[in-house]
Amino acid sequence: MRASASRRRPGAAVLVLAGVGLALLVLPLVALVVRAPWGELPALLASEAVLQALALSLGTAAVSTVACLVLGIPLAVLLAHAEHGAAVPRRLLRAAITIPMVLPPVIGGIALLLLLGRRGLLGQWLAEVGIALPFTTPAVVIAQTFVAMPFLVFAVEGALRSADRRSEAAADSLGASRAQVFRLVTLPLVAPGVAAGAVLCFTRALGEFGATITFAGSFPGVTRTLPIASYLAMNSDPDTAIALALVLLAVSLVVLLALRDRWLPGVAR
Amino acid sequence: MTASGAAPGAAPGLRVDVAVPREAFDVVAAFDLPPGRVLGVVGPNGAGKSSLLAAIAGLVDARGTIALDGRDLAALPAERRGVGVVFQDLLLFPHLSVRDNVAFPQRVRLGGWRAARAAAEPWLARLDLTALADRHPGALSGGQAQRVALARALAAEPAVLLLDEPMAALDVEIRDDVRADLARHLRAFGGPAIVVSHDRADAEVLADELLVVEGGRVVQRGTLAELAAAPASPWVARFAR
Repeated sequence: MRASASRRRPGAAVLVLAGVGLALLVLPLVALVVRAPWGELPALLASEAVLQALALSLGTAAVSTVACLVLGIPLAVLLAHAEHGAAVPRRLLRAAITIPMVLPPVIGGIALLLLLGRRGLLGQWLAEVGIALPFTTPAVVIAQTFVAMPFLVFAVEGALRSADRRSEAAADSLGASRAQVFRLVTLPLVAPGVAAGAVLCFTRALGEFGATITFAGSFPGVTRTLPIASYLAMNSDPDTAIALALVLLAVSLVVLLALRDRWLPGVAR
Repeated sequence: MTASGAAPGAAPGLRVDVAVPREAFDVVAAFDLPPGRVLGVVGPNGAGKSSLLAAIAGLVDARGTIALDGRDLAALPAERRGVGVVFQDLLLFPHLSVRDNVAFPQRVRLGGWRAARAAAEPWLARLDLTALADRHPGALSGGQAQRVALARALAAEPAVLLLDEPMAALDVEIRDDVRADLARHLRAFGGPAIVVSHDRADAEVLADELLVVEGGRVVQRGTLAELAAAPASPWVARFAR
């Protein structure tokens, strides 16, 4: 008989520390909700500054998510494929994709400026043909894509790996053409991973602050996204800041709750 | 032997004469297998048995000849060889129901699910799966999953059937029953069939004849009794005893 893991209760120390951990994660959000100026909320949210920031945030995060899907899925395929290849290129590739996750976003913004700024590595060439990216809406999208793409790549890579390539071999032996294997086997097996990755990507892009304010600045209607607007309002108009924060929280929660459990990372199917 | 089938003058059945490149050593094997016979490929772990099966199915590259009734299969991709495989870990499609797993081969042939599902019904019935048809593979016992894998392979109406360690994934208590069941279906199959195993009971119950592979080479071919009478290696002696 296998020992049942659920029979053994976690000890007191585990419960206490887990409780503190959970409190650390949840209590700040509780404070946010409790302190929110609920009475004035409709008026605050209807203000042009808030609507502008909301529209910009949703729009740029959506475009960034599409960019992450278009660029990230092939990268995930490459990464999954590299598992069978030499160790050094594989580790370098994995490290390169991981960097934006561990890098402070502000540093990412500085790096983007040094690459795409007017005197940047590529930016000086772009400037010659009349393209200036920094402090534009496309810069917001680039910054969000930079920080969000790893979430998509790793979610899809995980799905590709658990979707055993040999299922494809089984489909081959049953007479399926390459296109049929992809459509009837690979895609359905990987779809939950792609969906989970896209959602993580979208929420990460929505919350992006450091890289955006460094690389794209804070121009109302152009680059001032919800997190930036909220941060700026904190000094002058805390009620608006809290209202903006609530909007961000609500959007993130809706997106997460809209997913079925099996599409969330760390949940076995 | 009389000539029949596609190629005039060719003996009916499967003819294999291949070298399968592997990291440690190439797997080299040559044998003929008439229709209706079940060849047990036995040998120690890592001997190259599964590589040999994968080569016949077209799932790994190999040099040499793989011919069925005189028709060369070696140049064909896996999906056009007509070689059915029951994989060691079955590789059922986890996102498809039992019915759709079994319908899959006809789905890719016919282009639609409705006709494919109809075509799957007799196979579901024959392998006693009708009551399980709406379940997904994750909700099956080992023996049930194995029957689904066999039904799926047979539903493709393959000319050759390959089974890789068909008992390995099963609980010991049910192996005898499943094995007897499998032997019955192998008899009914009619084409050449190959069963890879390192288990003496599989060799005894499932196979008409055995091919012993050790270190990538064929060391002996014969019935279990012949192997026991004159073992060609210490492994054969221990296996056939």
